[in-house]
Amino acid sequence: MVTEIAKEQGAYAAPFRRLQEKTGTDAPSWVARLRESAFNSFERLGFPSVRQEEWKYTNVAPIAKANFEPAVENESALDAAQLQPFVYEESRASRLVFVNGFYSPELSSTEALPEGVVALDLAAALREEKYAETLRGQLARGADFGENAFTALNTSFIESGAFVLVPEGAQVEAPLHLLFISDGQSLSSPRVLIVAGRGSTATVIESYAGAREGDAYFTNAVVEVSLGEGARLNHYKVQRESTDAFHVATTRAALARSSAFNLTTITLGARLSRHDVQVTLDAEGAECWVDGLYIVGGTQHTDTHSVIDHRRPHCTSHQLYKGILDGKSRAVFNGKVFVREGAQQTDAQQTNRNLLLSNEARVDTKPQLEIFADDVKCAHGATVGQLEAEELFYLTSRGLNAELARNLLTYGFAEEVIEKIKIDSIRAQLDEAVLNRLHSNLETKNL
Amino acid sequence: MLEIKDLHATVDGNEILKGINLSIKPGEVHAIMGPNGSGKSTLAKVLAGHPAYEVTKGEVLYEGKNLLELAPDERAREGVFLAFQYPIEIPGVSNAQFLRLAYNEKRKHLGEEELDPLEFKDLLKERAAIVEMDASFMTRAVNEGFSGGEKKRNEILQMAVLEPKLAVLDETDSGLDIDALRIVAGGVNKLRNSENAIILVTHYQRLLNYIVPDYVHVLAGGRIVREGGKELALELEEKGYDWIKAQAAGSGSTAGASQAS
Repeated sequence: MVTEIAKEQGAYAAPFRRLQEKTGTDAPSWVARLRESAFNSFERLGFPSVRQEEWKYTNVAPIAKANFEPAVENESALDAAQLQPFVYEESRASRLVFVNGFYSPELSSTEALPEGVVALDLAAALREEKYAETLRGQLARGADFGENAFTALNTSFIESGAFVLVPEGAQVEAPLHLLFISDGQSLSSPRVLIVAGRGSTATVIESYAGAREGDAYFTNAVVEVSLGEGARLNHYKVQRESTDAFHVATTRAALARSSAFNLTTITLGARLSRHDVQVTLDAEGAECWVDGLYIVGGTQHTDTHSVIDHRRPHCTSHQLYKGILDGKSRAVFNGKVFVREGAQQTDAQQTNRNLLLSNEARVDTKPQLEIFADDVKCAHGATVGQLEAEELFYLTSRGLNAELARNLLTYGFAEEVIEKIKIDSIRAQLDEAVLNRLHSNLETKNL
Repeated sequence: MLEIKDLHATVDGNEILKGINLSIKPGEVHAIMGPNGSGKSTLAKVLAGHPAYEVTKGEVLYEGKNLLELAPDERAREGVFLAFQYPIEIPGVSNAQFLRLAYNEKRKHLGEEELDPLEFKDLLKERAAIVEMDASFMTRAVNEGFSGGEKKRNEILQMAVLEPKLAVLDETDSGLDIDALRIVAGGVNKLRNSENAIILVTHYQRLLNYIVPDYVHVLAGGRIVREGGKELALELEEKGYDWIKAQAAGSGSTAGASQAS
């Protein structure tokens, strides 16, 4: 067993060496050292097993066994037409596209972004002197590769990715879409660093998709967000990978004084997905919304682990995760809220609600509060339920057939999360995902 | 329009209806009165097809068809409507969405063209005026956060949109203040015509001052024990239900009746 796992990790050693040799000349030496350190960490940690508390319900052995070959640049020849199903109209001219984790300038456009806003290929940014200080100070500083094997693996393969810098005071209207497409059967390691300057406002959509349904590949993403004083970031993560793919992602956000981070995570795809969200409220007055909606069926498995860390007084966190499960699907929700010593006047709310549409679907939900301050307002709760018979009867008594009634109630359940989304195209996409054929009947939303 | 013959029904194994006979013609308004637990609401729910109620004996013919064979949604599309005593809240679904879906399901069933959102908006505005509901109710989730009176008005709005042939109003007057009662009753009266029939299930005579019935049936212990014209309701108002209950107890068992609501 031990040797087998060692071999599985070993599968990444040769590609790692090739990368180190290939970019040794143009990436700064600190990046090479960072990768080296991360790879050592990955070799030490190995893929997690279900014996570890944090991975108790999510078995990643299929990922380890598959030995996905790390993607290399220019393997794919996707064109703009093939991109159409995955783009959002609102980001027509504010879009960075990555194929297998590598930036594709031909498919990208940043015309709608105001002067001074930086949205660049990370590889290019790393070569520029003017970003050196920011990158060195921020890249891999938030997402800990010393503890999480997947973060370590991603960091070992840092090469391309998105570097987003919103300058102080900038008000960016156009949502910046970071579109990660997988084309093939490889391991992609998307990497994102977003630094929002003091008093800035911006919206970022981070989405994942497979070029073809049925492709088996592995996306291992790490996103780091750093918000300056008073900065506001609306962040959407939309995961609709191929249903044979694996998706593991970490989102790590650090919030300065009076900043606001509004994250909505939508999970529709992947055979197995795991999302680790960690938000630290590092200074007074910071506020975060960490919402999510997962809709899975068949034999899909999705796991969300969130940590909201109240480190300073007067911070507020809101968390609402809703899940809809059909077939034999399974969802895991583990939400930790820490209120550190001295973090008085903390207001932390956490809710996880699940709707089971079949008797074979299963949810393991565990909200956790750890409070080391005495003057706080904290609440959490979790529910797992099925559609209410009285609600179904009410709808059918008005002439809706049973299936339509079920769909409408399911839609209503999801709506609490969907209605908060401010990007029309994402909302429309979700309505469709929830309702399928019912969709055309429900365009009346704003009636 | 409706023929109920020797209808028996149970819920959770308790027999609540013990042989109801009732005949209703188009254009008529029938009041079903009776004390708590007499089976009034059970009768309403059985007619709408509530799955918790089991018909153990008897038949119900609706326009010559066996109503009991139809699923609740089929009954609705055929023109049967139940105004709920306790309308259900449907979070996340707007009143307008819900009403248009229901309306279009019925149109499809009748082989008519569905209405698009704009066409429906006009229709909804016109129907909402019948129960004096303003546009703000249309974008709100169905019954969510509505007051008791608003929920009842919303039921009558649904009736106004769906234009049923047979409307069963289950204690629509309960929990209404006098102004709301007047609005609700006024709405029902506007919808009343020579083609449709209305069953008013009520505990109190009060509603019948506003919606004047052609017939009054008094239910006790799962049976109709008295029948008459609108003056019977006044008699009940004056004398209460005790004498009716005593009469029912004298003529048969009332076991299980306390389970009904």
